[in-house]
Amino acid sequence: MDSSTPADLEALSRRIRYRLVQMSHASGAPHLGSAMSCVDILVAAYWGCLSIDPAAPAAPDRDRFILSKGHAGSALYAVLAEKGFFPKAWLDFYAQTDAILTEHPHPHGIPGVEWATGSLGHGLSAGLGMALAGRIQGHDYKVVVCLSDGECNEGSVWEAALLAPAQKLSRVVVVVDYNKWQATGRSEEVTALAPLREKWAAFGWRTREVDGHDLAALSKALALPPDSEGRPTAIIAHTVKGRGVSFMEDDNNWHYRIPKASEVEAAGQELGVL
Amino acid sequence: MRNAFARVICAIAESDPSVVLLSGDIGNRLFDDFKARCPGRFFNCGVAEANMMSMAAGMASCGLRPVVYTITPFLTYRCMEQIRDDVCYHNQRVVIVGTGSGLSYASLGTTHHSCEEMGMLRLLPGLTVLAPADAFEVEMTLAAALRHNGPVYIRIGKKGEPAVHAAACPWEIGDTVSMSEGTDVALLSTGTLLQEALHTADLLRKQGLTTTVLSMPTVKPLNTSMLGGVFSRHRLVATVEEHSVLGGLGGSVAEWLCDQPRSAAGLLRIGTPDAFLHRNGEQEHAREILGLTPVAMADRIVARLAGL
Repeated sequence: MDSSTPADLEALSRRIRYRLVQMSHASGAPHLGSAMSCVDILVAAYWGCLSIDPAAPAAPDRDRFILSKGHAGSALYAVLAEKGFFPKAWLDFYAQTDAILTEHPHPHGIPGVEWATGSLGHGLSAGLGMALAGRIQGHDYKVVVCLSDGECNEGSVWEAALLAPAQKLSRVVVVVDYNKWQATGRSEEVTALAPLREKWAAFGWRTREVDGHDLAALSKALALPPDSEGRPTAIIAHTVKGRGVSFMEDDNNWHYRIPKASEVEAAGQELGVL
Repeated sequence: MRNAFARVICAIAESDPSVVLLSGDIGNRLFDDFKARCPGRFFNCGVAEANMMSMAAGMASCGLRPVVYTITPFLTYRCMEQIRDDVCYHNQRVVIVGTGSGLSYASLGTTHHSCEEMGMLRLLPGLTVLAPADAFEVEMTLAAALRHNGPVYIRIGKKGEPAVHAAACPWEIGDTVSMSEGTDVALLSTGTLLQEALHTADLLRKQGLTTTVLSMPTVKPLNTSMLGGVFSRHRLVATVEEHSVLGGLGGSVAEWLCDQPRSAAGLLRIGTPDAFLHRNGEQEHAREILGLTPVAMADRIVARLAGL
């Protein structure tokens, strides 16, 4: 799919994380911890799994990626800019007044964004529709949908989880960014999410459980051939909210906190990009 | 009306391979023909309307023409955000068909009534809202909806409604169908009360009041040039709908009217009240206690004219 070495991708992830810290600082936009959490998932998907030509982002047979956890939109934007879907300079104005890049992503004038998200629990259902359309129209594209663990509170996620195996949507891959936090508390204390892998398995999905910051493990899981029994695939990716910057890691204050200039500097030092 | 829907969607889908039908676990046997003649394009999405609605939007984004069908309150109230975010915000060509609308399922209880949904849906940017009067208008509106380059909501009744028209006629979104012409009163009827509106006009004529009756299947976008003419040619304009007087056709016309520099005619909104209906009974009974019979409507119109 891509000639980048594992070391290249690991460096890319660190570079993107630093960019996210800068973007949050410059714009005052929150959800930094959530964005940092899913960077490796996005890098593994875009560099190791998805076939989407940045020059033809609307090609009918392209793979589809939906960031259903739209509050991590900055991570999607940074990845799309690195991939060349739009100029990196757009990131400088992310979430600023009159900018193209809104906090939560949408496809109106932003190449590469497949679906407008921000209200949780919509992306997987839309993805199932795309997968069914691909089947009817004779395309073989993959549909990869990234959910947050908090998002799995939404009933519509489980409506979709029930339907996909019945329709044998083996080209659908869910990645749950399982960082064990949601906006205001431990996800396990809010709803009884665990055992999450077993839940998806019980709903009829082929499941994998990986370290969501291990790019090789993520890429391997994402590159699995379609299940011979027709099951869709759910990858439970164990992650750390705020990953990559020690003073943000697993600290849920960074769901809303905005980094100060000194913290941007410290993050850059720690990420090895300054 | 739902039999007409099943027949027409099957005929359209046979000639257009992009049309797919999604149902929320209703219509037992209703779609047997569709399933036989359009294999692989019928999806029973189960009792999971939110997922069904977003799926339809995803399908439409890939070039399919999904038609989503189930009982109106479950399809609209429950899926408001899916309709807003996934269908309308993405401007997808999804046709949303609610069956058993208004008081069609009066006897099933308040959970099955839908007298507010046009008011909700009408607020969504880009969504066309249609309410056909009979089986022929189902055919006309459904065909137009599938030609339209954007999302459309169609509210239909149940089965066995009287045919008001003699046949389907060429129709585009926004068109009205003139049923009779007069100069005193204009009845603008949307949806399944058209027959009652015609009977109301008969009663008014007996009292010497000439009455225009227009079937107005399009609640949004309002045909404002038509409205301008109607308000200039009559003394009183009454909207007639099996929907709340808030937010539906009457609400739309009232909003339009208050922005006009002057109006020759008064406006009377006839519809269901801003209240839930708790009493049991069939649709006819519900219409009777809510004042949606020809006698009750004619009385209100005469009383209003007396005060003008």
